[in-house]
Amino acid sequence: MTTATPAAPTNQLGFTKQDYVGSKSTLCAGCGHDAITAQIINAAFESSIEGYRVTKYSGIGCSSKTPAYFINQGWGFNSVHGRMPSIATGASLANRNLINIGVSGDGDSMSIGMGQFVHAVRRNVPMIYIIEDNGVYGLTKGQFSATADKGSHLKNGAVNDLPPIDPCTLAIELGCGFVARCFSGNPKQLNAILKSAFAYQGMVVLDIISPCVTFNNHDASTRSYKHVKDHDFPLHDLGFIQYSEVEDVEIAAGTTEVVAFPDGSKVAIKAIHEGYDPTDRFGAMKAIHESMAKGEFLTGLLYINPTQPPLPDVLNLVDGPLSSLGESDLKPSPEVLDKIMKDLM
Amino acid sequence: MTATLATPMRPSGAKTRINDFSIQVATVNGSGSQTANTVLLRAIFQMGVLVSGKNLFPSNIAGLPTWFTIRASAKGYVARKASNEMLILMNPETAKEDIAKSDAHALVIYDEPLQLDKLREDLAYIPVPFQKLVTASCPEPKLHKLVKNMIYVGVAARLLSIDMEEVKKAITKQLKGKAKAIEINQAAAVAGYDWAMENIQDQDHIKVVRDDKTQGLIIVDGNEACALGALFAGVTVVGWYPITPASSLVETFIEYAEEYRKDPKTGKSNVAIVQMEDELASAGVVLSAGWAGARSMTSTAGPGVSLMSEFIGLGYYVEAPGVFFNVARTGPSTGLPTRTQQSDVELCAKCSHGDTQHINLYPGNMEECFQFAYDAFDLAERFQTPIFVVTDLDLGMQNWSSRPFAYPATPYDRGKVLDQKQLAEIKDWGRYKDVDGDGICYRSLPGTPGGKGSYFTRGSGHNEYAQYSEKPEDYLQVVDRLKRKYETAKTHVPTPVFRNLGSPKGVLAFGSSDPAVIEAQDLLAEGGLKTDYLRLRALPFTAEVDAFVQEKQVVYVVEQNRDGQMANLFRETYPEFATKFKSILHYNGHAIDAQGIVDQITAFEQQ
Repeated sequence: MTTATPAAPTNQLGFTKQDYVGSKSTLCAGCGHDAITAQIINAAFESSIEGYRVTKYSGIGCSSKTPAYFINQGWGFNSVHGRMPSIATGASLANRNLINIGVSGDGDSMSIGMGQFVHAVRRNVPMIYIIEDNGVYGLTKGQFSATADKGSHLKNGAVNDLPPIDPCTLAIELGCGFVARCFSGNPKQLNAILKSAFAYQGMVVLDIISPCVTFNNHDASTRSYKHVKDHDFPLHDLGFIQYSEVEDVEIAAGTTEVVAFPDGSKVAIKAIHEGYDPTDRFGAMKAIHESMAKGEFLTGLLYINPTQPPLPDVLNLVDGPLSSLGESDLKPSPEVLDKIMKDLM
Repeated sequence: MTATLATPMRPSGAKTRINDFSIQVATVNGSGSQTANTVLLRAIFQMGVLVSGKNLFPSNIAGLPTWFTIRASAKGYVARKASNEMLILMNPETAKEDIAKSDAHALVIYDEPLQLDKLREDLAYIPVPFQKLVTASCPEPKLHKLVKNMIYVGVAARLLSIDMEEVKKAITKQLKGKAKAIEINQAAAVAGYDWAMENIQDQDHIKVVRDDKTQGLIIVDGNEACALGALFAGVTVVGWYPITPASSLVETFIEYAEEYRKDPKTGKSNVAIVQMEDELASAGVVLSAGWAGARSMTSTAGPGVSLMSEFIGLGYYVEAPGVFFNVARTGPSTGLPTRTQQSDVELCAKCSHGDTQHINLYPGNMEECFQFAYDAFDLAERFQTPIFVVTDLDLGMQNWSSRPFAYPATPYDRGKVLDQKQLAEIKDWGRYKDVDGDGICYRSLPGTPGGKGSYFTRGSGHNEYAQYSEKPEDYLQVVDRLKRKYETAKTHVPTPVFRNLGSPKGVLAFGSSDPAVIEAQDLLAEGGLKTDYLRLRALPFTAEVDAFVQEKQVVYVVEQNRDGQMANLFRETYPEFATKFKSILHYNGHAIDAQGIVDQITAFEQQ
């Protein structure tokens, strides 16, 4: 008698987690980015994301290789350095039914790609914009990036003299409606935030501190596993409740704040950091600046405003994908041309 | 009034130039002179005379010199003519220099206080008291500066014998719907006309006589023609960034889209137009929208193409469709932003690093601007690659008369796109597999349901299945196939247009040089030198171009840049005939004229 292999659990669409994986990672063993990839797979599986609707975008760098490592059912576009946001913008306009995930790094987004990052956020392009933030250029073997802390050291002893750029305060300043910081070593928090991000309709900026085990994991680095673990101050315990489960989940009253998304999903936020209100834009800015001054990494859902219209709504686009419109929808009649010609006579 | 205004030193009994002259108007930019000049041009056009206008304007909003040249031609020559028979001098800054540069016997209308009549003795002077006339005709002092220009339209109309009713009609047309502005401007034009009637003698140097050459024609600029082509081609995503002289292409498109691309019930738009943060982002939007199944475009000029170069190479290698309009201007660098040149021939042919080759379309007139813009979207989707439509400031921003555009009857060609059903039936699909042997592969669109057809495209090395690869054989398979795809394009791009007078000597040109080349060809023939003219309309070179190059003893390549960029492409493509190509060049920022071509070809022939 043989023992039947227990069937792998399936989600609401009938897919197993295996249906959300990608190719094998070629990053260094222990790389924080692989932990993020694993949580993207988990969150997409648990949120029953339709893989065929997923599009994955990236620029250049170690982080930008990772879209090949998750959700093979989706389409991927690995573009040029710092230009991922415009790639996501164009495709999201061509087909507003796509679920857009961009993966970038601190070099790709905060240096060469700063302009495109800023303007994609400003336009509220509907996408999850992940910055896998290790403070270092890994693929070119260990130069400082623009998020490296002042005074932090490279492996070869070089000291960073310049102040860091913080993607989160920048995103809040630009009007982003969903800004979070996570640590790749905190899978529970990352999972809840990613699932919330899938439910959000607009620009989501996730700055995920993701230590580089090869070039930036030494004692003098402020982006090492040890340093981040010691200085990680989670703001809250997050619970994400998908719209389909809302009826079944009871949310404890009192200490828990609930933010509802337009699709009916909810995120339950149980504060750890006293007095932090993630719907208060100025309060969020202040708290982040204060924690940075103390050398802490404040992690969690830093700011949320669930009702900002995404770019296709701002442009007042038709409801269906522009890519599915055909000649009969798009080509004006001979009478229209005739009228235009008469006006030009 | 019977006496004739004497034109000093003009031979007595010289023939009147009927419908065959050029007028140059010198003004200060920002003074509203563009409206007056367009009215004068339109009035001549409405008299049934073929006419073209060239605005020579500075890269500035207000206060710098600007010149507008109107050429009327009974023979239908619409290129710029270097000599002018009438000058209208309104700009004190340039008046003396304009007089010094003038051709002999010209009629000079000028603002009386400028006192220009002592400068040269071989010109006929018409001093006009503009300030007095404008004060009398226009009750609102703050409009005087703008309306003053309309007075010279009236004076010129009188001198040229243009029917004032045509001037009034042209004002109504130009200022569509603005009743008060129409009234004030018509009054000013009439004031100028009446003053001239009473105070100056008639002249017999140049005249407009009613003709029927413009029946049913339109006046349009190339940017508007391209915008209309894109409208009828069903563009759905536009990413752009303002740049002279390309901005008005998208801006005109936006105006038409407001009217023709909105659902009348919901008011929702079926085209996304985004002014991006720069040209790089514009290119990214175009290519990714094309990748995702939209018909996408941008409009830019040389500096923008330089910035887009990295993305253009990506588009070539990942094989994403998109239409790139390049309305070229005078380079290098910022160059002369408001002056014309065919400056980007080589840039657009091979834009981006590494081995890249692009399909380029060169419209040579307004109908082709419209049709090629329409065709470019088909070519982009058929060949899954960036397509350049290359015009220039002369085509893009100047006024041209044209036959009305024919309705583009051919159905959209959406290229090799597999839908859910087709994907389900295919066993071994690879995004970059050349199934048909034409170098063009089958693609799928993001968001296609059914669980098949997804792929990961990348600007790095890849194999037929779109997988990352650094293997030499995989690399060669893709780049050699891309070359094959470019070969296939030779049978899909517009073929050249010929104007053969029966000669072993060839003239080859493209784009905005066409009217000047036709005129030059006639002038050369009058002088005894017949030529055969091939007007190139696309890259890659088609079989007709091969044959022309092989047959001709010599090929004069006419182009508007310093380095003979198109001739260089020919020498590279046809190395065995490299010595046949002689460059005929014009690159000073002004529109090309026939005489310069004639002079250069004649010089070669006399060697």
